Amino acid sequence: MSVLVYVENEDGKFKKSTFEVVSYAAAISELLKTKLIAISIGNVNQDDLSNLGKYGAIKVLNISTEKLKNFVNQAYASIIADVSKKEESTVIVLANSFTGKGLSPRIAVKLKAGLIDAAVELPKTDNNMFTVKRTAFSGKAFATVELNSEIRVIALNPNSYQLKESGSLAKVEDFQPDFKESDFRTMVSEIVRASDKIALPDAELVVSAGRGMKGPENWAMIEELASVLGAATACSKPVSDAGWRPHEEHVGQTGIAVSPNLYIAIGISGAIQHLAGVSSSKTIVVINKDPEAPFFKVADYGIVGDAFEVIPKLIDAIKAYKAHS
Amino acid sequence: MKILVCVSNVPDTTAKITFNSDNTQFNTAGVQFILNPYDEIALARAIELTEGGKGTVTVIHVGEISSEPTIRKALALGADDAVRINAIARDSYFVSAQIAHYAKDNGFDIILTGRESSDYNGSQITGMLGEFLDIPSISIIKKLEVEADRAFIIREIEGGKEHLTVSFPFVASCAEGVAEPKIPNMRGIMSARTKPLEVIEAIQIAQLITFKSYSVPAPRGSVTLLSEDDTEKLVRLLHTDAKVI
Repeated sequence: MSVLVYVENEDGKFKKSTFEVVSYAAAISELLKTKLIAISIGNVNQDDLSNLGKYGAIKVLNISTEKLKNFVNQAYASIIADVSKKEESTVIVLANSFTGKGLSPRIAVKLKAGLIDAAVELPKTDNNMFTVKRTAFSGKAFATVELNSEIRVIALNPNSYQLKESGSLAKVEDFQPDFKESDFRTMVSEIVRASDKIALPDAELVVSAGRGMKGPENWAMIEELASVLGAATACSKPVSDAGWRPHEEHVGQTGIAVSPNLYIAIGISGAIQHLAGVSSSKTIVVINKDPEAPFFKVADYGIVGDAFEVIPKLIDAIKAYKAHS
Repeated sequence: MKILVCVSNVPDTTAKITFNSDNTQFNTAGVQFILNPYDEIALARAIELTEGGKGTVTVIHVGEISSEPTIRKALALGADDAVRINAIARDSYFVSAQIAHYAKDNGFDIILTGRESSDYNGSQITGMLGEFLDIPSISIIKKLEVEADRAFIIREIEGGKEHLTVSFPFVASCAEGVAEPKIPNMRGIMSARTKPLEVIEAIQIAQLITFKSYSVPAPRGSVTLLSEDDTEKLVRLLHTDAKVI
């Protein structure tokens, strides 16, 4: 028996969400009194791989075949499912990232496994039931779901589980998977990454702005605030609908749900659909000139004031704080 | 070109989400149900791609008779025909298995879904369908162009975009950017009444998960209001109290 965790990399590097899933999977392996094995596909260096031991993996299977350099959903899913059979894994853990969302359903069907995506807590095993809490209704609620199957697949939401360092280095083994040619029916022609920007879905700090900014030409100060904080930028639906900002930045019920440590909402009134996408943020700061804006009701800190006055001051205050710390 | 679009029937995005007294069931009283907003994007693109006799669009839905208004709306938007699998949409595995069972003998070139349903399902249907049918599945796409028997797709990835090509048949989940959702016109609404809507019974599928209970997020403490000139204090509070910077 074992727990298997898929450790996703971006251009050969692990991100915080990867360490989160390893920490989470390690806690599950403890709960089930079994070992944690990690599987990595891509060109990650040996040190980074063996460092996964610090988060609880005892063994890392490393697949660095050229053919799998680019993500191929079907092929990756086949390999992870095959390895899980070989290692007799009863739980398979992934990040609920773009990649994880593509992989986890395929793996679940291959293994006839129950799947919980958007998981936000460790499983519970009371009364011989294996239950996991996940978000539902676009962040407006949580659902506790029982996994009745023998094998279980869990995809963990980013920023939902604390990193836990405990172990030592993991043993890294190179692994040669078997391929099925029919698994390679998509061909990647290009990958475009905005390297200077922080990806929104797993950002720890987010600066988000709405119609109160009056027009796309006023976004320079939002970007400056995000940049001094080291935050990702986001926006409300009316803003992306109007084409002021790209759709990828739209946070809310029909956009993406985020769960950062800090969400700063500027000039966003706080419609129920927007609030659904930010409700799992740890701390919410609202800056709005309308004291009646519904967003203040769910905020931890609020400034009633004109964004065009407040933001430059806030940028200065953060710069001063950064200079002293 | 034959396109299948999977649609779900979800609470209106403005709906307040509440549960029954023992928190085991979603309280549907007074809740308006709508065509899942992401599915509208998928449907809009399917209709664009088949316009002018270039193909047909079938919509499929797993649900009870109460969701027929949503199916009729999809027909009013321009789908050619519809299939309803008569069952409660228990979970994604169940829904995908039903749709795959219908799709496997019907020769669809493209199967589209919304990137997720805004109620329970997360975004599992696309990958599960792909696996049940042994065809490629591409999640969260931002652009879909078709040329002969293959498609050019841009999909969202962590911090960027990936461009890829895929041959028919395949399944993909659509996000904002693929198409602008449309509003049905009078002609569409009239013709939707007479377009074919086939009802088929569900097949038996093992139950792998069970929804046990629901909860709503804990309410936040009251807001600490600061004045416009208190930005330094705000930064200090974020550091010392909230410990987020």
